[in-house]
Amino acid sequence: MAGSKKIQFSEKAMAYVRELIARYPAGKQKSAVIPILHLAQAEFDGWLSAPVMDYVASLLNIQSIEVYEVASFYSMFNLKPVGKCTIEVCHTSSCWLRGAEDIIRHIEKKLNISAGETTTDGMFTLKKVECLGACGYAPMFQVGADFYENLTIQKTDELLEKFRKEGKRQTYCNHLVDVK
Amino acid sequence: MGKKLLLDKVGVAGIQKYDVYRREGGYAAVEKALKALTPEIILDEVKKSGLRGRGGAGFPTGMKWSFLAKPPGVPRHLVCNADESEPGTFKDRYLMEKLPHLLIEGMITSSFALGANTSYIYIRGEYAYIYKILETAIQEAYKAGWLGKNILGTGYDLDLYMQIGAGAYICGEETALLESLEGKRGNPRIKPPFPAIAGLWGRPTVVNNVETLMAVVPIINFGGEAYSKIGIGRSTGTKLISASGHINKPGVYEIDLGLPVEEFIYSQEYCGGILGGRKMKAVVAGGSSVPILPTELILRTAKGEPRLMTYESLGDGGFATGTMLGSGGFIVMDESTSIVKNLYTFSRFYHHESCGQCSPCREGTGWMEKILHKVLSGHGTLRDIDLLWDIQQKIDGKTICPLGEAAAWPVASAIRHFRSEFEDFVKNPQSIQDVKHYYRLTGEKA
Amino acid sequence: MPKVTIDGQTIDVPAGTTILQAARMIGGDIVPPAMCYYSKLKTSGGYCRTCIVQVSQGSTADPRPMPKPVASCRTNVMDGMVVKNITSPEVLEARAGVVEFLLLNHPLDCPICDQAGECHLQDLGYEHGKADTRYEFERRTFEKIDIGNYIQLHMTRCILCYRCVKVADQLTDGRVHGVINRGEVSEISTYIQNAIDNDLSGNMIDVCPVGALTDKTFRFKNRVWFTKPADANCTCTKCTGKVRLWFKGDEILRVTARKDEYGEVVDWICNECRFKKRKLSDWVIEGPAKVNRHSVISQNHYESLRAIQFDTRLQTAVLNGHKSKLGEGPLNPNNL
Repeated sequence: MAGSKKIQFSEKAMAYVRELIARYPAGKQKSAVIPILHLAQAEFDGWLSAPVMDYVASLLNIQSIEVYEVASFYSMFNLKPVGKCTIEVCHTSSCWLRGAEDIIRHIEKKLNISAGETTTDGMFTLKKVECLGACGYAPMFQVGADFYENLTIQKTDELLEKFRKEGKRQTYCNHLVDVK
Repeated sequence: MGKKLLLDKVGVAGIQKYDVYRREGGYAAVEKALKALTPEIILDEVKKSGLRGRGGAGFPTGMKWSFLAKPPGVPRHLVCNADESEPGTFKDRYLMEKLPHLLIEGMITSSFALGANTSYIYIRGEYAYIYKILETAIQEAYKAGWLGKNILGTGYDLDLYMQIGAGAYICGEETALLESLEGKRGNPRIKPPFPAIAGLWGRPTVVNNVETLMAVVPIINFGGEAYSKIGIGRSTGTKLISASGHINKPGVYEIDLGLPVEEFIYSQEYCGGILGGRKMKAVVAGGSSVPILPTELILRTAKGEPRLMTYESLGDGGFATGTMLGSGGFIVMDESTSIVKNLYTFSRFYHHESCGQCSPCREGTGWMEKILHKVLSGHGTLRDIDLLWDIQQKIDGKTICPLGEAAAWPVASAIRHFRSEFEDFVKNPQSIQDVKHYYRLTGEKA
Repeated sequence: MPKVTIDGQTIDVPAGTTILQAARMIGGDIVPPAMCYYSKLKTSGGYCRTCIVQVSQGSTADPRPMPKPVASCRTNVMDGMVVKNITSPEVLEARAGVVEFLLLNHPLDCPICDQAGECHLQDLGYEHGKADTRYEFERRTFEKIDIGNYIQLHMTRCILCYRCVKVADQLTDGRVHGVINRGEVSEISTYIQNAIDNDLSGNMIDVCPVGALTDKTFRFKNRVWFTKPADANCTCTKCTGKVRLWFKGDEILRVTARKDEYGEVVDWICNECRFKKRKLSDWVIEGPAKVNRHSVISQNHYESLRAIQFDTRLQTAVLNGHKSKLGEGPLNPNNL
């Protein structure tokens, strides 16, 4: 948990933070808050605790409430702890038309949780989400930064097994930090 | 088969990489623009092309550019709207994933035309993996001298940066996008002032969709006039269509505007007909917010003419019998589909995505979702259908931004064209159970 | 000077005047109601949509009508503009819709709300709303948040006008107050019980159009219509010291800022004047204050409400032991 370790970005992450801030004119560093929150969520156990948000505010020299306002607005930021692997199944129109509900029901049964819940071992969180822009490759889910498309029950099972075996935290920044 | 202007090189192996893209003729538009053309000439070419915004509203791009204020000493910005989130739309994702350098090329050319020295690509947070593709391409472009100081020795400087969102459909609305880019909640601004006068950090700003900016490349390469010859009337050029739902070949297609809808749905070149040879029931032609049309009206206008893939033909008949081209998000539903349930997924979406700033949208979207849920739970009444109609009317046109209309139109059109389905559910709640068994997984028996 | 016509009345106004301000200059029934706009707070307005009007002629130069109703508080007049407010049935219908939306999730707990009697939502509902609701779902609730010793937050009553946020932004340093979450569940909050601790924070109470932010020191003390207002002043280093005292007998139950005819604060006051100075000797009394009490409660206007027709179908059904169609769900007259 965030509380048990010092809230401080690694050197590599800090370098990226500085680079992000440099993308905006002087005095407009607040613009970097969203990418930095992504980074913070990835670095600090997959969610944004109040101390983590305060830390981000201090990095950007803005008020904490300005960070809370933003963090609570965007659906990809978790304000509560989540499992290592959050499975986000799209269930809007096109995905629904192609069987998203079957996928959700199957995962619920398989993991013995309802959508919105986390498995007791802290491995999986299941979320129903709105359109992810994969309508032509439905049904699909997102895990971390990756899309898994044209799902079948069998493919879903294989993926769950793969995630469990890997056992690592999946974040939206899988691709973000290693860019350099 | 129509001409491919954006996707002509999409099949070339390694086209995402700078070397391959360049070898295939990439960045010619930037060379031409910076060395041989002036910003005025580029603007003129874009105007001549008749290009209209590909994000959904269809506003003439040249006109939008010409509104940009140019007060001396104030920096101007070009922002690419890559926050594609309209249900049924996934063409920008495809374009960025396959042709990242085409977007960069379009952005350099357009930034030059607008006199912008710092430009941003705002991409939706869920497209995190594409963020990396674009970020890599931008680094390549910097290294090759297409970005940075004194590009091609012309004295023109341009910095191009990525900005990532974090899950909010509303940020596709251009002023909400600018708020988000400023590090705030994605609350749409009250207009005027428009971004062309006071946009990013209060500076004059143009916000254009991914596909729009990419289309600038062939316009510069082949000339605005050549571009305008493709298509029909005021619908010029090619358009990327995202096709999904109950069709044999879902995916992204580049069509010449003017293609008959029937050909698009049934020809092997495009959607390849309806899944399992079933009958088509309805189509949402331009992303979730545009009116849904039953088969007879999507294939032919009320006058009996073949419906074409153009802004005008799809809009023929107004909302009574027509729809809109919108973002080109084409969702096809077969005979087994419950229009009420599909509408519920739309209403749930808009409820989820309402920013909460203004009262009709904040309160109305949730109310509509709850009523639809009630109908689908077998508790609906005939009066609920009238109530839905009344609520959508009270949202439509009363909100700060177009999300209100986007939430209202699907409800209005579903009731307008499929009222009997709502009535069936109300009068015979048992029939809802039957519908549930139709949700199908591709290739498997549900 | 641009010339604008609102509901048939023409006025010359300075350039940059909004339609709402122009209407207030004319005065009377044609002034659109405003729940979020506040002339003393920059960038306020545009959210609630109660002040929407029809622009039937944009200007002399471009006489085209505007395609949609506009928020009069955020739309500047143009020379030759023609506006319809109460002369447009569409505007009145749309406004009734907005009132319904604003009341949709409102708890209607007026009998226990300290704002009752000076509540703008009560006034709005009375003047522009309808007598019944068509909403039949559970109203939303929020977790209770304590925002300090002086201000009581009732989020369920909030209509998200953003005025308090603008006060926090524009009057105080080091903002700790803001709007969190999104859409229907948006809430004003200091997020983690950060006390609102600065000299001017009490002004949030005065700008709140509803009972979302009320004075904790006045909580459940009395109904406002039983208290007598008097204007008073004191020498204060933090504010002008010009306040309104609310008496019961000669006991000061509450101190607020003075308000104009549109319910807007005349001078911001500091927390010390508002919360601490409750002795008569703290103040120089100027005399009784005239309060524009047009609220339904303080006017005893119940009799002028159009006859409320009770739906007897529901009662009859209950008496007859009728169950709703599927044996569960709310018993709704429309289901019968």
